[in-house]
Amino acid sequence: MELAHLAAGIGSALIIIGGGFGIGKLAAAAMEATGRQPEAAGGIRTTMIIAAALIEGISLFALVICFILAGK
Amino acid sequence: MYTDSTKAIADSLTRPHGQGASQGSDWILHHIMDGNYLDFSPIGKIYLPEIEVMGFNISITRHVVFLWLAAILLAFLLIKTARRYKKTNIPNRFTGAIEVLIYFVKDEIAKPSIGGGYEKFVPYLLTAFFFILFANFLGLVPFSATVTSNISVTATLAIATFSVTQWGGMRKNGVFGYFKGLIPHGIPVFLLPIMIVVEILGLFTKPFALAMRLFANMTAGHIVIYALIGLIFTMNTIAVAPVSVGMALAIYMLEILVAMLQAYIFTMLSAVFIGMAVHQDH
Repeated sequence: MELAHLAAGIGSALIIIGGGFGIGKLAAAAMEATGRQPEAAGGIRTTMIIAAALIEGISLFALVICFILAGK
Repeated sequence: MYTDSTKAIADSLTRPHGQGASQGSDWILHHIMDGNYLDFSPIGKIYLPEIEVMGFNISITRHVVFLWLAAILLAFLLIKTARRYKKTNIPNRFTGAIEVLIYFVKDEIAKPSIGGGYEKFVPYLLTAFFFILFANFLGLVPFSATVTSNISVTATLAIATFSVTQWGGMRKNGVFGYFKGLIPHGIPVFLLPIMIVVEILGLFTKPFALAMRLFANMTAGHIVIYALIGLIFTMNTIAVAPVSVGMALAIYMLEILVAMLQAYIFTMLSAVFIGMAVHQDH
């Protein structure tokens, strides 16, 4: 039981590292693109939000596994 | 001056782990999860009736009450707006605010993401957007419950999006053409078995991610607020109260942003999925 809890904790920490890194990189690239081409800001923002939501979706899948482990 | 719920919190925190069923974070889940009562804690609790029909438990719970409240509020405000626009085209202060949101969903979400023939899907997107927005904001009102932090509610919304997506795709491309169009053109034949499995899985992971995203975002924010408030009881001192209340307030502000953002993202992704199903050629 304790090992399952430990696994859930470590797992969620890893998820946050991965998801945070992904979204951070995405936002940096989007900002750079907006800086280079300010007139395309609207389209870039929309694409960025969709991509961020997809990254978030993947990390939520992993989070579900952590929830299951934590509930053991 | 301990009320019932603060005593329960203090009890569950001081009791050592493993003794009894209660653990340190039980009271948080108690607040997040569905229950058979409305909690107006310092004043009292209103217990709701339990109804069972043919072995199914269809009792009216806290989340059902706030689900209905959101629906009634939504119907009242939007019907009022619609009536006003039937009479005159000049918006007043209130209908103007609703109109801005409706045009936002129509022009910024539906039109660019779906493309041609987007008008058919605007009513569904508007319904989803306004319902999620109202449910999220209702959850931020003190003494209320967040409907969207119940996985059943978000799953129902995701199933609605899934149905609309499939219906739209099949109507435009035909049933056979729709399933054929799921697989990209010009891939080698030996990849086909893998691609078919992947694409069919992809059909179901999209609504699953939609449901999980809304659920996790709304639940996580409330858990963080409760955990920050709970610090006062864990440390058992009033000195930590200004810090934890201040931080809870900051998270609450973030929650207002998240409430709007999640309504936007759910609608946006629904529109993108519908657009992908309707226009399969790109």
